[in-house]
Amino acid sequence: MPLRKDIKKVLVIGSGPIVIGQAAEFDYAGTQACRALKAEGLEVVLVNSNPATIMTDKNMADIIYIEPLTLDSIKKIIKIEKPDSLLSTLGGQTGLTLSMQLAKSGFLDEQGVKLLGAKVDTIDKAEDRQIFKDTMAAIGEPCIPSAVVETVEDAVEVAGRLGYPVVVRPAFTLGGSGGGIAADEEALRIIADNGLRLSPITQVLIEKGISGWKEIEFECIRDSKGNVITVCSMENVDPVGVHTGDSIVIAPCVTLADKEFQMLRTASLNIVNALGIEGGCNVQLALNPNSFEYAVIEVNPRVSRSSALASKATGYPIAKVATRIAIGYSLDEIPNEITGTTYACFEPALDYVVIKFPRFAFDKFVYAKKALGTQMKATGEVMSIGVSFEEAMMKAVRGIELGMDTMTKPAFEKLTDGEVKAKLSDIDCDRIFCIFEALKRGVSTEEICSITAFDKWFIEKLRNLCSMEQELAKGLTAEKYLQAKKYGYLDRTIERISGQKLSDKNIEKKHCVYKLVDTCAAEFRALTPYFYGVGGDEENEALEFIEANNKGKKKVIVFGSGPIRIGQGIEFDYCSVHCVWALKEMGYEAIIVNNNPETVSTDFDTGDRLYFDPLTPEDIDNLMNTEKPWGVVVQFGGQTAIKLTKHMQEIGANILGTPADSIDAAEDRERFDALLEKCGIPRPEGMTVYTTEEALNAAQKLGYPVLLRPSYVLGGQNMIIAHCDSDVSEYMDIITATKLDNPVLIDKYLTGVEVEVDAICDGEDFLIPGIMEHIERAGVHSGDSISVYPAQTLTERIKKVIISYTEKLAKELKVIGLVNIQYVVHNHQVYVIEVNPRSSRTVPYISKVTGVQMVDIATKIMLGQTLKQQGLPAGLFPEGEYIAVKVPVFSFEKLHDVDTQLGPEMKSTGETLGIAKTFKEALYKGLVAAGFKMKKANGNSGVLFSVRNSDKPEVIELAGRFEKLGFDIYATSGTASLLNHNMIPANFVYRINDGKEPNIISLIESGKIDYVVSTSEAGRNPALDSVKIRRKSVERGVACLTSIDTANALADCLESGMTIDDMEMVDITKI
Amino acid sequence: MKKRAWLTLEDGTVFEGESFGADGELIGEVVFTTSMTGFQETLTDSNYIGQIVVQTFPLAGCPGTNSHDDLSDYGGAAGLVAREYSEIASNFRCEETIDEFMKKRGIIGLCGIDTRKLTRILRSKGTINGIISGTEPAQEVTAETLSKLKTYSPDITLISGTETVTHEAENAKYNVALLDYGHRKSIVTLFNKLGCNVTVIPFTETINPADYDGIILSNGAGNPAECADEIEAVKALVAAKIPLFGIGLGHQLLALANGGTTAKPGHGHRGANIPVIDLGAESGRTFITAQNHGYVVMSIPESVGKITHINANDKTCEAISYKNIPALSVQFVPSEEGGVNSTAYLAEKFIELMQSVKN
Repeated sequence: MPLRKDIKKVLVIGSGPIVIGQAAEFDYAGTQACRALKAEGLEVVLVNSNPATIMTDKNMADIIYIEPLTLDSIKKIIKIEKPDSLLSTLGGQTGLTLSMQLAKSGFLDEQGVKLLGAKVDTIDKAEDRQIFKDTMAAIGEPCIPSAVVETVEDAVEVAGRLGYPVVVRPAFTLGGSGGGIAADEEALRIIADNGLRLSPITQVLIEKGISGWKEIEFECIRDSKGNVITVCSMENVDPVGVHTGDSIVIAPCVTLADKEFQMLRTASLNIVNALGIEGGCNVQLALNPNSFEYAVIEVNPRVSRSSALASKATGYPIAKVATRIAIGYSLDEIPNEITGTTYACFEPALDYVVIKFPRFAFDKFVYAKKALGTQMKATGEVMSIGVSFEEAMMKAVRGIELGMDTMTKPAFEKLTDGEVKAKLSDIDCDRIFCIFEALKRGVSTEEICSITAFDKWFIEKLRNLCSMEQELAKGLTAEKYLQAKKYGYLDRTIERISGQKLSDKNIEKKHCVYKLVDTCAAEFRALTPYFYGVGGDEENEALEFIEANNKGKKKVIVFGSGPIRIGQGIEFDYCSVHCVWALKEMGYEAIIVNNNPETVSTDFDTGDRLYFDPLTPEDIDNLMNTEKPWGVVVQFGGQTAIKLTKHMQEIGANILGTPADSIDAAEDRERFDALLEKCGIPRPEGMTVYTTEEALNAAQKLGYPVLLRPSYVLGGQNMIIAHCDSDVSEYMDIITATKLDNPVLIDKYLTGVEVEVDAICDGEDFLIPGIMEHIERAGVHSGDSISVYPAQTLTERIKKVIISYTEKLAKELKVIGLVNIQYVVHNHQVYVIEVNPRSSRTVPYISKVTGVQMVDIATKIMLGQTLKQQGLPAGLFPEGEYIAVKVPVFSFEKLHDVDTQLGPEMKSTGETLGIAKTFKEALYKGLVAAGFKMKKANGNSGVLFSVRNSDKPEVIELAGRFEKLGFDIYATSGTASLLNHNMIPANFVYRINDGKEPNIISLIESGKIDYVVSTSEAGRNPALDSVKIRRKSVERGVACLTSIDTANALADCLESGMTIDDMEMVDITKI
Repeated sequence: MKKRAWLTLEDGTVFEGESFGADGELIGEVVFTTSMTGFQETLTDSNYIGQIVVQTFPLAGCPGTNSHDDLSDYGGAAGLVAREYSEIASNFRCEETIDEFMKKRGIIGLCGIDTRKLTRILRSKGTINGIISGTEPAQEVTAETLSKLKTYSPDITLISGTETVTHEAENAKYNVALLDYGHRKSIVTLFNKLGCNVTVIPFTETINPADYDGIILSNGAGNPAECADEIEAVKALVAAKIPLFGIGLGHQLLALANGGTTAKPGHGHRGANIPVIDLGAESGRTFITAQNHGYVVMSIPESVGKITHINANDKTCEAISYKNIPALSVQFVPSEEGGVNSTAYLAEKFIELMQSVKN
């Protein structure tokens, strides 16, 4: 069936800010959807609150709203735009849930809007636990014994019947939020209570525990004709019990015999058919490893994280195909773009193996529990492609950028054999490394399997790597070298393990060759330029491709940004993709290398060629050997790419834009100080130290508080504000334990307004698209601050100083391209905090609100077109009529034991943007988009204050504002008496340790509190009272503000009495 | 230390790898399969008899082998080429590793080569001959070897059991003969499930049509056009107007017996992902099928039969419905697997056909 004639204008709902469980994969999916719709000549209206996405780019849709993803705002947009259809299945759970609510309430019918992609009853069948079970029963597909409950008591009753352990799965939550495994009644009561609260329909599933079964997924697509295919099978290396988003996953399934494989494939296809899916669908199944017994775990009736992985693993563009199905096409009408000669109605064949390896934030959250369970914790992932499991695993482990290039985790080497064995039982993110350590200690495969329930095959594969390393350690030979290359080892690693140089042994270095990902295992000729590296003496298909497609253009490699982690998110993918587009526009051949399957950059049609490989110097050397590019770009791929600068310079590559030396000058403390002195720009006084002793001396000299951080960091990793000697000592102990080669920077900490500038410079002229001001005073990481463009409180004089400093710094650093500078205004004086001669987190949002396409302009500058030649003005770009407020979004509900107190170390995973003509409206929108419910006082509402001494003077005014808004004020003893003395009636609450009621925790649990303002005792240690308050707020879904500034901003919004209904919805394409 | 071995193709390309499975030298047609599972099945698929099968998926044999999963009783591939074979077997039913299995059955293996390069050669040159040998070829492959390879013509003698065996169904409604050219066991299972007693009869025997409600012409290996005797035998069955169901080789023989033609286009269809379009108005659907064959029916006179299914990729014939005789045929083995992609409905059509003739 061709395109439906009744579709002309489609509303696409995006997935909103990046949170754990809903990340960049929906930008990739949404972008493909928008492009597919536009290619059909349809008018596309997009709404997404996330400004860092490609999908909210002007050329992706005709009309774009960066507005909160709430029913109010979407209803308003539907009334304005009057789309005839709504595409519900490409915007993750957020988009799907909103679409369902709009459909069920009758609003869509009322407005004459058709729901595309999924019917309401299909979604109910897949997502409502009971209807799902009934549907499965009707087609004879087994589910795990379970029952849906709506109270804790019922949960306990059901668990008693099923027997412990039981798994708790809340309905309609992202990434399994609020779920968990309960071993006994006590644990169940806690988990069920939490899960019920987080479920928007107060419903959880209590399910029999089947830990140890194999977890298998099928990614399926069905069309309205009933054609249905499995795009990819995937096997979780971690058995059932670990969320699939946190599992190491291999595609295709490897340990199943054909019988089991066909049984599960048949089940998946039957399920997809029974649900009546029209589009993509993910089916997760559990298989008893000792029989043919299996059970359906869950079904996602939409494009998901797994489908992004399956798309990249196979080359099959699931999101695009799902979109085309939604608008009427059937699978047999949609061409397979990879071959050009076959159709989308087939099942891809792989001639390689793919491993997905999750990336966690535990390196930042030192005190967070690393245990894995049914609730997803990974912030991102890498995918690796190899012709063997070993090769793919080695690529994955170096690709996750945790400083490892083998499966050996240095911390485990220090453990005793007994400790290693004991640790095998810990189901956490390091388990695979623990298994590897156990293999090195001679623990048998059988024993490891019996403890971990991993399939023997995986253990034996790891053993191959272990044996390889043991062989290498005995000495290097040409034969061992070749084998190690086939296993995916880097030369550097081989030389380190063997203790011998290749040159010593007269061994010729082997560059890897590149094979094509073509969906068909070479059965048909493929057109797509999607490659991966293979070690060993083999045919290099990329060379052949390059020769056959040589158009005489200059080639440029753009380095991507690797796995998404806190501090390096989707915005760097946005930058990389824009750079690629600009290069193509300028007539260059743009080659992208990246290893993140969730992104737009790794779509095979983004660049002229895609290399899906890790971003280490040696991997890049291999690529350089095949591609021999004219230039390389390091500016846009975050720290991952910038880290390659030194190496690229050493090998004599043509680094486009800002020279490597400038990057060093900005990062090297002494050189940077000299540069500032030369420019006459002040910075907070600081020094460079290597040892604890030096750090303590320096802190004394500077005077507390001081800011400590390692040089070369992104996202404020391992950065703290120290108030006393013990803070400094604790910090230095942690840093020196991780053996960082780089020195630690220690600075005087100045409070004041933090200002951020992104500038574009061509060596002569410079352009500042906008000056941003942070709501929170310096000390909160810029990525975690609410950021306002244009700056609202700066005087003209200060702005002038900032512009002049920016100019001086950009010129002095010889910036060719982008530079990001952070300032603090302290006592009316401007100080420079940091200069980063590269793209930054704020580039996408500033580009969107100012209309200055920063990355495109910067790329053109790198290629030699000056700002003038591009017809652009110099200096500060004129401010527009709209104000944009960027609000950070956190994933604290997924990360237990992480203190929500904000500080110099970045904690947010994503961001939203509010755009309006007034600051308050923009702020309101931004906060609502970030999940603030903006609750007004209703007679039984309270605000709890617990603030540090230094904040006490300011808390009086703040509490007064909330009191006037009608909230009851609660506070602990000191704060309460302070407020009462200042004529603000405050209720006194006990501390946890006072042992009396009501204490702060029971008060929060009582539901009387709508907002918590907790600024006291920032700490990594979860045992602190203040940390407990903040964690309790997260658990209860109570908005918790950890800075007086944020709380004041919130009060501003509440005082205005506005609602979304009163506000203009802004189409950013018309700004 | 593993033994080195070489694969030499008739175009002179040499691949050096390591030997596994049985030892020895083997000449055969080199074909590739894109299946990612079913290693034991490949080794026991009678359609592969005499052939050297290249597996495009790099890992072979992870779940090992067992005594239940053989596709046929007559063996399958003569040789297997894979990037890597699994030295261990990991599955609750496994009895042997793939290496042990191949050794026992005399199947010669070659691993450690660039199978993608090999597949690309096979894709562009079509199915060509090759030799796996434990002796290193000379720098230049000798003219003698090349001419041996070029002139090699697979001499596939049809295989079947020697005795007639009846597999009884529960509540059987039909008695069906399966004329055995090297049948897959799943055909018997499928028709048993559909209420047919299935009598497997060696192709060398003559069938008395009066004894059966219908006859299935089984799958098998080799070039159908060379099976003159068998075509004659099928003509006799056609003349008897008994319901016929051709599968694979049986489908090709039936076409040839009815004035159709067969050919060996390109590299054949071998994989688990082959899309087949049912041209029937009631369906109009595409089914994902598993296939393994080198020859196809190129034409069938319009007056005799109608092509009901085609391959979605190269549009070749996948199934035929005959006009003047109660017969239908299909290129691949109908399978119960795949849920809504199950092609068992084709077998059910044959049941309907028998029923209507009965009535």
